[in-house]
Amino acid sequence: MENILAPAETRPAAPRLPAGPPVLQLRNIEKVYQTKTIETVALHQVNLTIGKGEFVSIMGPSGCGKSTLLSIMGLLDEPTSGEIELDGRPVQSYSDRELAALRNQKIGFVFQSYHLINDLSVLDNVELPLLYRPGVGGKERRERAYAALDKVGLSPRTSHFPGQLSGGQRQRVAIARALAGRPEIILADEPTGNLDSVMGEEILDLLLHLNREGTTIVMVTHDEQQALKTQRLIRFFDGSQVS
Amino acid sequence: MLLSYLKLAWKVLLRRRFFTFINLFGVSFTLMILLVVMALVDHVVGPNMPEKRIDRMLFVNTIRQEMMDGHGWMNRPASVHFVDTYIRRMKTPEKVAMTSNVYDATAFTNNGLLPLDVRYTDGNFWQIMDFEFVDGRAFSGAEVAQAQRVCVINEATARSYFGTADVVGRTIEVDLKRYRVAGVVRNVSAVHIASYADVWVPYTLSPSLVRDNSIGGEFLVVLLAPTAAAAPAMREEYRQMMQRVEIPNPKEVKAIYSYADPMLATFTRALHITRAVGSGNSQTLDNDNVGAFYLICTLMGLLFMLLPALNLVNLNVTRILERSGEIGVRKAFGATGRNLVGQFLVENVVLAVVGGLLGLGLAAGALALLNEAHVVAYAQFSLSWRVFGWGLGLALLFGLMSGVYPAWKMSRLNPVVALRGSGEQK
Repeated sequence: MENILAPAETRPAAPRLPAGPPVLQLRNIEKVYQTKTIETVALHQVNLTIGKGEFVSIMGPSGCGKSTLLSIMGLLDEPTSGEIELDGRPVQSYSDRELAALRNQKIGFVFQSYHLINDLSVLDNVELPLLYRPGVGGKERRERAYAALDKVGLSPRTSHFPGQLSGGQRQRVAIARALAGRPEIILADEPTGNLDSVMGEEILDLLLHLNREGTTIVMVTHDEQQALKTQRLIRFFDGSQVS
Repeated sequence: MLLSYLKLAWKVLLRRRFFTFINLFGVSFTLMILLVVMALVDHVVGPNMPEKRIDRMLFVNTIRQEMMDGHGWMNRPASVHFVDTYIRRMKTPEKVAMTSNVYDATAFTNNGLLPLDVRYTDGNFWQIMDFEFVDGRAFSGAEVAQAQRVCVINEATARSYFGTADVVGRTIEVDLKRYRVAGVVRNVSAVHIASYADVWVPYTLSPSLVRDNSIGGEFLVVLLAPTAAAAPAMREEYRQMMQRVEIPNPKEVKAIYSYADPMLATFTRALHITRAVGSGNSQTLDNDNVGAFYLICTLMGLLFMLLPALNLVNLNVTRILERSGEIGVRKAFGATGRNLVGQFLVENVVLAVVGGLLGLGLAAGALALLNEAHVVAYAQFSLSWRVFGWGLGLALLFGLMSGVYPAWKMSRLNPVVALRGSGEQK
């Protein structure tokens, strides 16, 4: 299996290839948080289409609604109004169970703080998405987890626990976990936010490589340099898309 | 999936040692107490030597005579006349045996006075009860009819009196009367009120034996049904037979009550009758109260388990909040609420089963201590497979009781909020 951690100097920017058919479409998305006294508009009239094979980065100041948008794209949160289509299918009427199945099959998540399960080994963490996939047996689960770990260059660490790894290694495990389910789209919420610049670059390299292999990626980031290396940069301000 | 849950449960338990210790302590200690109580009850009413066929046995302990004009009640065991005239003529019983209560007696040995409990029985007694003979045999119906001076003694008496258990044919003197030893049996626990004794002799040798037509006498009666399934029919036949019993002294006695009951019912009816007689309400005598007894025991057991279970619920809910990040991740990667409930219940049930096994070990230790302390003469309390099964059942119930609510609460966590590490619900 190819180790895709390329040296930084050979790292190319993502090619600006024409986007494929839409994987994810958001139409007129509104998200309002309502308490007894305050109404907070987190997202306002967001219209966004992510094409197959795209690498899109989302930037904006803290509290502008980037993470809320990513949660809605990942079907973890519901918009107050608006429509979401995943692979051409509107998901508004889906039950919790159906949404869980869609998340499992179509979406992979990478979080800023990794969110690995400390009680589980690296291998068990990477197997996690496949645990909830019907028809995938223990042997296949293991093989696919090994393959994903190989891809991120962590084959020698399969029996380690997250607490025994560096921040960069943990994030690579998290990426392997997102890859193991072979999702159509990876949603990464500030994946380099907790890492130093060297490790951050390493992780971005990994994501760029995955994108070149055909994985659609949406990444929320604060780092403009990193964002500029992706195919498309979307800027948010106060819950609205500004560019 | 289940294998993964079990694996995870095991890892979680090993990695969170303090939580595991507290949980296991609560579960195992509670179960130990419940199991010890159950082992004690099982020892009394379960199929233990010599009442191995207890599911086929009914016991008649008392005949209650309600006196005229509110002059109270007269409670006595059955007379030979009553047994011969009524009980032995019943059709359902395979065998009917008579046995007295135990009487205090003494024997003299080289070491001094030997206090003994003596029981007077008929020949059928030995055919209904399954004593384990160390040596020799029981005395027969013919020997009883001929009032031969034979006896069966237990192993402890043989060793105390003769210094050995190999004593068949030798003579023992009890209350200055001499008996030839026909057999030696293993010691019987004193909780077996219908069979325990140190020395068993033919009832025809009883000094207080009365042979007249009175109903009240000195004998407990044991009825053996041909099968366990026939026991209720035998009980019903006894009830109907009692309606035909003639009152020998109708000027003094208003009514007669007697019941053939399974062992447990003899206790529960006795408790109930004390209350019914006290209140002067004879109508309620018919109720053996076993149902109410089971209900009270179940409620008390549940209450007893509820307190530690509530504690565990509390502990589990706190633990869930600690693991909210994990819940968020699992939900993000496709776990449904049902998956998470399953996972958490498996964790809890694994913990409860481990606690249950520890509880069984502790209970076995506690019973060994009780046996060592000789609280009840010759009692050897032990955990039978039945009690073991009950114990594991209780452990599972405990696991479910303490796991269902936290698991449900966990499955309701909003994934976005859970990922942020807060416990807010949908």
